Amino acid sequence: MDKLSKRQAEFIKNHRRHHYLVSFFRFMAFFSFLLLWEVSANLHWIDAFIFSSPSRILETMIYMAKDYSIFRHTGITLYETLLSFFLVILVSFLTATILWFSGTISEILEPWLVILNSLPKSALAPLLIVWLGANTRTIIVAGMSVAVFGSIISMYTAFRETDEEKIKLIHTLGGNQLQVLFHVVIPSSLPSIISILKVNIGLCLVGVIIGEFLAAREGLGYLIIYASQIFKLNYLITALIILCIIAFLLYQIIQNIEHHIRKNRNL
Amino acid sequence: MTPLLEVSHVTYSYHTLSGETTALSDITFSVDEGEFLVIVGPSGCGKSTLLSLLSGLIPTEQGSIRLSHTPFIKHQTDIGYMLQKDHLFEWRTVYKNVILGLEIQKKETPENLAHVEQMLKDYGLISFKNARPSELSGGMRQRAALIRTLALDPSLLLLDEPFSALDYQTRLNVCDDVYSIIKKERKTAILVTHDLSEAISMADRILILSKRPACIRQILSVHFSDPKMPPMQRRQAPEFKHYFNEIWKELNTNG
Repeated sequence: MDKLSKRQAEFIKNHRRHHYLVSFFRFMAFFSFLLLWEVSANLHWIDAFIFSSPSRILETMIYMAKDYSIFRHTGITLYETLLSFFLVILVSFLTATILWFSGTISEILEPWLVILNSLPKSALAPLLIVWLGANTRTIIVAGMSVAVFGSIISMYTAFRETDEEKIKLIHTLGGNQLQVLFHVVIPSSLPSIISILKVNIGLCLVGVIIGEFLAAREGLGYLIIYASQIFKLNYLITALIILCIIAFLLYQIIQNIEHHIRKNRNL
Repeated sequence: MTPLLEVSHVTYSYHTLSGETTALSDITFSVDEGEFLVIVGPSGCGKSTLLSLLSGLIPTEQGSIRLSHTPFIKHQTDIGYMLQKDHLFEWRTVYKNVILGLEIQKKETPENLAHVEQMLKDYGLISFKNARPSELSGGMRQRAALIRTLALDPSLLLLDEPFSALDYQTRLNVCDDVYSIIKKERKTAILVTHDLSEAISMADRILILSKRPACIRQILSVHFSDPKMPPMQRRQAPEFKHYFNEIWKELNTNG
């Protein structure tokens, strides 16, 4: 490896050049957008009261950072999202396991799961408020309701797709169903489970924001509704940008976990 | 000598809503200790069903299967089963794969682990102990799968076309390897195959099944001039062709 051939060096150089080019234009696109936005707001091409502008958003951020409200709202939304995410994973893992153990139970429940999964979950939120009250509990349940049914279905499907012959192997070695679950079904479903995690973290965030729209006094969802009602669009757009960052970071964390697992299992 | 395995009048049918299909009809045979029995028959004739019944993976409907005079009720740990593919788990190291059976049955005693260690040494896998299965060649994978089965020290070994997933050259080599390992460990084995040459090169006796519903057409004793001849040499022995023709004729008469 100490001496690269000329063609290999050329290949690596081209590859890097392409990589830098992509990164450069990504940032360029972002900065030109910001610049255009700022300039059009300042020159009154657009109404800054409705469309805000990068400098006004920055001002709002600094202002909100000074009284820590920005951290409070972000922290609450993050906490609610993560909690509902973990509960979704726990509930869907346990349910999928039960369904996998008993073919009869899964056959009975399948149509109901499909109906619940296709139900628009935002329609449930008003009902949840009446049942559970306008509090954090409602928001977490709202977050879960968006993700949980789909997650159960996908996890159960992943369990069921386990190679029958591999299951047979465990039986030939004298193993029972529980050992089949731990030695074959879970390890071979791990890649699917990770992609379920990736989808669900985003869905939980959606559910939490829906919940906060209707039943919160804190959190980014509340901030968005509040700002739109008093026409403080700077606040609204600031909240949206923070949401973008949260969504990106959460996805990135799971991506890292995935990378780590793949490396450990040599996949 | 009393036989190790006695199968008498076993009949088995599959049930579906559209009807009943008889897979095996009135199968009777026995296997002596240390014997190598090969079962051949047209594909889809119920060979694998027979192995599943022998291993206790599916319960017998009619007839009886006895191992050393104990009637089986459910899966007997005394029986090792080798499947068509090696099914080594990529998320475990070779060693962890090989001791999977011991782990499942909670028999990870020092003696058993030492036995595994010795087999890994004897059959050339010791340096791959901590490797991933993907780093092994096709032949090595099959050997690892055999060690996994032998780790539980079964008295009867069932092999369900264990070479069918390999390419021809590997297949011949692995066939030799597996044969010598089974002989060295002094195991009784039943091998299922549709490859006639493979059957003749390994068997002490060959059981020929008919088309479905499968019944026994003939049980043929195989004798070579040197009883310890390995499979590869058997293929070149003059008796080989004779047996091949005999089985070929048997399989092709009356469809």
